[in-house]
Amino acid sequence: MSLPHLADPAGRYRAMRLIRSFEELALEWVRSGLIVGGTHPYIGQEAVAVGVCAALAPDDGLTSTHRGHGHVLAKGADPGRLLAELAGRVDGLNRGRGGSMHAADFSLGILGANGIVGAGAPIAVGAAWAAQRQGRPRVVASFFGDGALNQGVLLEALNLASIWRAPVLFVCENNGYATTLPAGAAVGGSACGRAEAFGIPAETVDGMDVEAVRAAAGRMVERARAGGGPGFLECLTYRFEAHHTMERRFRLAYRTAQEVAAWRARDPLASAAAALPSATVAAIDAEVGQLLLESAEFALASAEPDPLTAGDHLYASGLRPRSGAAL
Amino acid sequence: MAGQLSIAKALNGALRKSLENDPKTVLMGEDIGKLGGVFRITDGLQKDFGDDRVMDTPLAESGIMGTAIGLALRGYRPVVEIQFDGFVYPAFDQIVSQLAKMHARALGHVKMPVTVRIPFGGGIGAVEHHSESHEAYFAHTAGLRVVSPSNAHDAHWMLRQAIESDDPVIFLEPKRRYWDKGEVGEDPMLPLHSARIVRPGTDATLIAYGPMVKVCQEAAQAAEEDGRHLEVVDLRSLSPIDFPTLEESLKRTGRGIVVHEAPVFLGLGAELAARLTERCFYHLEAPILRVGGYHAPYPPSRVEETYLPDLDRVLDAVDRALAY
Ligand SMILES: Cc1ncc(C[n+]2csc(CCOP(=O)(O)OP(=O)(O)O)c2C)c(N)n1
Ligand SMILES: [Mg+2]
Repeated sequence: MSLPHLADPAGRYRAMRLIRSFEELALEWVRSGLIVGGTHPYIGQEAVAVGVCAALAPDDGLTSTHRGHGHVLAKGADPGRLLAELAGRVDGLNRGRGGSMHAADFSLGILGANGIVGAGAPIAVGAAWAAQRQGRPRVVASFFGDGALNQGVLLEALNLASIWRAPVLFVCENNGYATTLPAGAAVGGSACGRAEAFGIPAETVDGMDVEAVRAAAGRMVERARAGGGPGFLECLTYRFEAHHTMERRFRLAYRTAQEVAAWRARDPLASAAAALPSATVAAIDAEVGQLLLESAEFALASAEPDPLTAGDHLYASGLRPRSGAAL
Repeated sequence: MAGQLSIAKALNGALRKSLENDPKTVLMGEDIGKLGGVFRITDGLQKDFGDDRVMDTPLAESGIMGTAIGLALRGYRPVVEIQFDGFVYPAFDQIVSQLAKMHARALGHVKMPVTVRIPFGGGIGAVEHHSESHEAYFAHTAGLRVVSPSNAHDAHWMLRQAIESDDPVIFLEPKRRYWDKGEVGEDPMLPLHSARIVRPGTDATLIAYGPMVKVCQEAAQAAEEDGRHLEVVDLRSLSPIDFPTLEESLKRTGRGIVVHEAPVFLGLGAELAARLTERCFYHLEAPILRVGGYHAPYPPSRVEETYLPDLDRVLDAVDRALAY
């Protein structure tokens, strides 16, 4: 039932290793200019994406965020095609048109990363509600950050999911900050309190522990699938890198070195590795390293899009914006 | 204020002056305090004016906008920063249905001295939601003033005028030009709603605003080498529009080309072309042409140069206008 590649601890470690190494490679590509415009690195939060996706079935869905590479990879997207997407190549998940903040793969239930904070939540509710109305118990996990807790649209989505008993798992990745603003200075009440106010059961888990996330997400997913309505999971986590690759330039001091070090000492990848035989870890690391080399080759070999195709998919009916002209 | 300032610094200085001059002026926005804004326009202001005048708000554009309206109702002069163009849409209802209409709805009894600063347009390697030119939505809404500076002097003075204005002003900052430097003079020279002829000419009039003024000036420079004298008008105010300045220019040159980054389709250029044709019909030698973005979502960073109007596209339009 659950995603086969995340079925056991080794598979979950592999997915986390893939996300970590992918993100490190993406950082290099931003620095070298292969990725134009930068990314929001997911490094440090891998246990959340993998733990939640481990509780999902292949035809369950998810909505993602600006910091979305981890969710997309955890659900099973091809790293080569995601990398090609980030580099704006035609073999990217969205033919190079979306880029880092707009990756989607509908064939895998990945209903889209999103450049607008909070905007994915009602989409998740609609997708989940549709499945429920069709009598097909497909769950949709909606990822968002602590910053999204203050967007009106998220509160509307919580309410709609509650009244319609939509099978949604709301996943708040509380990494302590919305860009530079600490959650403590931004969130009145609490994350779980918001969900509970709408009658949605909520739980806080250690987002650095992939097994804890999986267990809690699993309970909520099963309840939603059985018709019990939405659940809300707050995962306490931390991003190890900058909010965005551009941040490097600013030399900001909104987090202390001690705070960053304390969280890095709880690296979710290290603890997942520690639970496995070291030979297993070494074999996985080598295999993922090779996979990423191939992914990079694949992305680099892919062509850049022809600008004249920009109007190709504007209308499902095949209409062009101006008849007789390309665009 | 002698010396060369970047547009970013000129804006920062304008905010500083406005905070100094009027204790009722307050700044609100995401990451504008400690960070000084993602484009550093509010750099250092929270340190100097305190966090109750330069407020880091939660991520809640609709809430920020609505709160600013409430503050204005009770005598404050809020200046809201929207982090990137595409993030204003969550606040759209508050702007078009509330902010724009409050003064008329109250028969003039309440004023809405709210300034909404938005870095807009492309050219910095960002993607959709971060590169949009949405001026037409706001210009289409009666009750809002929409302005955009193209240089450091105007950035400084137009922002101060916008903040001092009792009307709600959508202040569109040309983000790709933030680092361009220029002289900031000792006084504004023009009212906020006036256009300015930035380069006189006789053969055709290029009309632009914000980031495209520079492109038009470069195009006029290049055309000069071919013996063509192009006039460039910086619109500055997108709503209301200073039609007298434009008409006077078009009646002299007989040809007009409007240039903007926003899609041509139903963009500001459509209104300008229609209105100016009506008013200058017997003086025109050619239809008023438009150069702008394509009617497609803003493209990924790698290919945005293909999307944005450039010198060649402007000069092609000049050729077409002169060929009539
Ligand atoms: C509606 C909207 N407003 C502002 C932004 C700019 N922005 C992008 S990410 C971000 C912070 C988000 O914080 P959080 O939700 O906690 O996610 P995190 O970045 O910590 O993963 C902001 C302010 C945006 N993308 N969308
Ligand atoms: Mg956060």
